[in-house]
Amino acid sequence: MRFLQAHVIVGLGVALALSGCEAPPPESVQQGFRGTGMVQVDNMKVVDKIMTDTAMPALPPAAPGGGPKAGDIYQNVQLLGDLDIASFTRLMTALTTWVAPDQGCAYCHEGADMASDALYTKVVARRMIEMTRFINSGGHAHVGETGVTCFTCHRGENVPATTWFSNVEEAGVFAGNRAGQNAPSPVPQYASLPVDPFTDMLDGEAAIRVATNSALPRGNTRNIKDTEATYALMMHLSEALDVNCTYCHNTRAFYNWDESPPTRVTAWHGIQMVRALNGDYVSPLAEVLPEHRLGPEGDAPKVNCGTCHQGLPKPMGGASVIAEFPALQGD
Amino acid sequence: MAGYQNIFTRVQVHAPPYDGVPSEQHELWPRAGRPFFSYWLGKLGDAQIGPIHLGTTGIASLLCGFIAIEIIGLNMWASVDWSPVEFVRQLPWLALEPPGAEYGISLFPPLNDGGWWLIAGFFLTASIVLWWVRVYTRARALGMGTHVAWAFAAAIWLYLVLGFIRPLLMGSWSEAVPFGIFPHLDWTAAFSIRYGNLFYNPFHMLSIAFLYGSTLLFAMHGATILAVSRYGGEREIEQVVDRGTASERAALFWRWTMGFNATMESIHRWAWWFAVLCPLTGGIGILLTGTAVDNWFLWSVKHGVAPAYPDVFPAVTDPAGGAP
Repeated sequence: MRFLQAHVIVGLGVALALSGCEAPPPESVQQGFRGTGMVQVDNMKVVDKIMTDTAMPALPPAAPGGGPKAGDIYQNVQLLGDLDIASFTRLMTALTTWVAPDQGCAYCHEGADMASDALYTKVVARRMIEMTRFINSGGHAHVGETGVTCFTCHRGENVPATTWFSNVEEAGVFAGNRAGQNAPSPVPQYASLPVDPFTDMLDGEAAIRVATNSALPRGNTRNIKDTEATYALMMHLSEALDVNCTYCHNTRAFYNWDESPPTRVTAWHGIQMVRALNGDYVSPLAEVLPEHRLGPEGDAPKVNCGTCHQGLPKPMGGASVIAEFPALQGD
Repeated sequence: MAGYQNIFTRVQVHAPPYDGVPSEQHELWPRAGRPFFSYWLGKLGDAQIGPIHLGTTGIASLLCGFIAIEIIGLNMWASVDWSPVEFVRQLPWLALEPPGAEYGISLFPPLNDGGWWLIAGFFLTASIVLWWVRVYTRARALGMGTHVAWAFAAAIWLYLVLGFIRPLLMGSWSEAVPFGIFPHLDWTAAFSIRYGNLFYNPFHMLSIAFLYGSTLLFAMHGATILAVSRYGGEREIEQVVDRGTASERAALFWRWTMGFNATMESIHRWAWWFAVLCPLTGGIGILLTGTAVDNWFLWSVKHGVAPAYPDVFPAVTDPAGGAP
């Protein structure tokens, strides 16, 4: 009897210890030269679940083409006036399923007056279409030919699931200065690294690189606190894409471009892109957004890597529908 | 037959409490407290507790240590708005950070911008150094060698390099380590990344060799002595001069297995030097980082230490063209 009890207790203990694990098997893919540990580990069950949970809704049927232009028929069409009305309506319908499937047209359009700009959501949506065109313009170095639509970030939500607000804590005068770090935060994956690397590095142009490109000191003044901020940002990238450091780096020399996979170049362009999106498009919307959409410091919800990627190295596994909507492609 | 053959001490020899040999020096503070016995502490070591000798340096050290821990702890507590629950929950993350780079090596940065860190560091250092003096003088008072004090000094060297000497050479307290559980670990990781991977620092390599060597020697020695304790082998010191069958068997075991054996005395020199060289070489490695060498990976490439791999990503170049 005691033998049985012991087995039950051990069995429960093992089950409890394993309950935090992902179900096997993981898949690993070698990326760099052998022996460098450059391996990407994925669990296809997890990947498949993300793909299913965020599957794109069916697109409205293709428009016949031809017909009068939307700008000639409707009032106050500032961006999409050149579209024929069938294509225009199709884009509006798709946009609704991407961003406001529950609220419908009324989320952006006030009552019967479709031309009215009274609702802030319409002003924001217009700016977001401009932003989408900017991202898609000229085979952008980050998104390439895949492109993005509203759904890439929104996934059927009014506000994308992953955004960030500025979190720059004012230190008290006497004691207890956290120095912007040393708190359990999901941003640096619960390390004690800075909790808001975004404000300086993704909404501002703060330098990210820290290492010296020569063996001996050459006046590089980047210090360890700077490095911790960079580290926190990189932890965010890793989490947002669900990849290891080795997805973009040969970790024996993080700074070194010669030993880095091409993914690092893509990521570099991504960071430049996010800076442009926050600086030119998203941050200025704080003027337009109502208070309940703003952060504690009165700023707009902003873009980071997780906004599009949402746990995959390529958002939605690289699915692309941009060819269906030429109006969302930039010049 | 009773013996020392388990992970804990199974045999507890009880005798009347023993005050120890008389001191060879005049004592300002005598040994204090009536000795008593603890059965459970006897499982791990000697069952007799006390008498104790703190002395001037001991009391001063405890006082300084208390002040340092108070400053660190109260700053951590203040950082969670004095919530006792949050203090416990977040303790692994909490820290007292050194001054920012903008204060250089100023002795008087604002209290909440590193000032507290300097004060806590001063008292912690005073506490450690006073304790070292106590270790040294107690050994002298007993007519012992000062090996323990010098081993402790090796650890103090590494501590001072990290928190004092290197920041001075770099001209910035911000280079020093924060006080905190996770924060000092994150500092370590960031330090390595900033200076091009500490694993390529040859003194870091030496330090690791001595660290792993220490654990290996510790395991070999501990296992050997436990294995011959049934022949009285744990009385090592006597066997240094009067080799009994335990010592002979231990020596023969290693001569059989690897052709060479340490002696009852020399094994302790091996262990002492390995342990001492670990922080000693580590401290040199830290001291050279940022002062003499800014990127250990490139330093290793320059000196033929780092292996070159085939260029598997030939198309990749810095998109910013090497700009900082």
